[in-house]
Amino acid sequence: MEKIAYRPESLRDVPFTYCPGCMHGVAHRLIAEAIDEQGLINLMTGVAPVGCSVFAYKFFNFDMAQAAHGRAPAVATGMKRARPDMHVFTYQGDGDLAAIGTAEIVHAANRGEQMSVFFVNNAIYGMTGGQMAPTTLPDMKTTTSPYGRDTDDIGFPIRVCELLDTLVAPYYIERVSLLSTPDIIKAKRAVSKAIQYNKEGRGFTFVEFVSTCPTNWGLDPVQSREWARENMLPFFKLGLFRDKGEGAE
Amino acid sequence: MSKILMKGNEAIAEAAIRSGCRLYFAYPITPQSELIEYMARMMPKVNGTFLQAESEVSAINMVYGAAGCGKRVMTSSSSPGISLKAEGLSYLAGAQLPCVIVNVQRGGPGLGDIQPAQGDYFQATKGGGHGDYRLICLAPSSVQEFADMASEAFDLADKYRNPVMILADGMLGQMMEPVEFKPALTDEEIEELGEQHTDWCIHPNQDGDLKHHHEINSLEIDPLVLEQHVINLYKKYAEIEENEQRHEEYNISDDNEILCVAWGTASRVVKSAINELKAEGKSIGMIRPINVWPYPYEAIAKAIGPNVKQVYVFELNTGQMLDDVKIAVEGKVPVKFWGKVGGIVFTPAEIKEKLEECFKE
Amino acid sequence: MPKMTVDPFYCKGCGVCIVSCPKKIIRFSEKINEKGYHYAECFDQDQCIACKMCYINCPEVAITVWK
Repeated sequence: MEKIAYRPESLRDVPFTYCPGCMHGVAHRLIAEAIDEQGLINLMTGVAPVGCSVFAYKFFNFDMAQAAHGRAPAVATGMKRARPDMHVFTYQGDGDLAAIGTAEIVHAANRGEQMSVFFVNNAIYGMTGGQMAPTTLPDMKTTTSPYGRDTDDIGFPIRVCELLDTLVAPYYIERVSLLSTPDIIKAKRAVSKAIQYNKEGRGFTFVEFVSTCPTNWGLDPVQSREWARENMLPFFKLGLFRDKGEGAE
Repeated sequence: MSKILMKGNEAIAEAAIRSGCRLYFAYPITPQSELIEYMARMMPKVNGTFLQAESEVSAINMVYGAAGCGKRVMTSSSSPGISLKAEGLSYLAGAQLPCVIVNVQRGGPGLGDIQPAQGDYFQATKGGGHGDYRLICLAPSSVQEFADMASEAFDLADKYRNPVMILADGMLGQMMEPVEFKPALTDEEIEELGEQHTDWCIHPNQDGDLKHHHEINSLEIDPLVLEQHVINLYKKYAEIEENEQRHEEYNISDDNEILCVAWGTASRVVKSAINELKAEGKSIGMIRPINVWPYPYEAIAKAIGPNVKQVYVFELNTGQMLDDVKIAVEGKVPVKFWGKVGGIVFTPAEIKEKLEECFKE
Repeated sequence: MPKMTVDPFYCKGCGVCIVSCPKKIIRFSEKINEKGYHYAECFDQDQCIACKMCYINCPEVAITVWK
């Protein structure tokens, strides 16, 4: 008997600090698997954000940096320019990337920085207790939109893949989800591609994961995945936006 | 090595490159745009990285990333841009990352104007960013000193794993004076420097290495661990206070009736006034702090000679280093202050007038 | 013979593996781990086909699949 599925070497033997059923752990595992499969563990480094995944720097089995809120793409830029022989990824949530970090992500993407950005979108701020995010859906209730997100007052959710797709430089942009087995399998392919393109020095790669927040949505882990499938996927459409490596732009 | 006539902004850039800086991230802002432009021209010539960031916020975070990889890295800005970097400076200090930040100060607060000032002293030496930390702060008063401080700053940053700020101003940045540069570090020397921090920085795992897991981080969610971390930081700062105070004594003697204290550009004007009054038989001494953090408190106290009746502080602000002078003097002698704001530099005549008033009292 | 094992140390009893398993052979244990969660366990290893769907969905990487 042999192990056919097991904890990747690129993850340390440390329990994650995420809520039960939160899909952050799946995203971490996909990234770790891709790093293992491509033999990159000795050359890999990453940047953890501020948000639920602030402790991501503890979870990966290589050197990591923790960055100020929203600044991960800038920190990663500095890291890659300082150690071009290493490969860098950032891992960010919707507040980190689409609120305070909007300038940093747009400009890192626009410069075509050699990095992979993994963006977890769960339409809410998890770590600080369930406030509205730039990706919160219309009429969605959060602790800072207690009457529902009023689009007349504060506009609509931001679709980051679409936004970045207007830029010339980015090499690969895809939106995937972690909401079902087939979706996770597709997400793994996207992660592998992003890491591989990064390894090959092709430029800026971006994967957005539509994910859940059971705790702050007030749903259990299984219900949250259903809720996200019904409510988030119509607005945040899954699919490939561009892949310069396959002529599909 | 021959002397070159050079603008301060360009001299510091040239000196930084010679000191082995191969990464520079910044945003244009008057009165230091010549610095970033010089770097844009010269960094590629030494195969370094020049990157104009989208903001000063982004630039300081790029510095954080590069410093986390153990390499010599610099940014520069002017007062409003330094405010934008405040968060980054706190993070750099908390994560103990070596780097150099040049502040070419201008009139403030807010957008202010583009003329020289010294209004960022509090920001540099007492905080700026949040939390308990210190920046090592060097305050040049000539273009030569400005250039010399490049290697001093990088060496201090590496020695203590701390951000170092060079507090210049628009006058120093813009004016041209003769500069003699130290010889440039060779590629081999820079390569060695780049590997001095491998006990903590981000770098590849070599084949056969015990896999290392280094964390470039300032978060410590366990209060007991954070407490110990801050205590350790302050042990480091105590060591810096012990070893890195630096000042200049100008015309100090037992005959001094007034002791002036001034830093940076202001000190040059005060020197001129002192010289004029010396020619008229008045004995006035000056202590010029060269490092404004750690601050030379004892040097000032010691310089209060037997005949000193007045300590006079002159700054291009509303009285910031003044507080440190009062701490140094400990009420032994009255401390007076006179300053100019609005980005205006006082003249020797104005200083002379203020000093003469003391003799009339 | 295929097998799935759950490390009780990591499992947070989220239940996603239970609904993901096509053979419906995973349940919450009566026992609890040191964090107080009823961790998942396979109650009929003979039926396991090593499809890995439990592993794919587990956010704690608590699961190992054997074949």
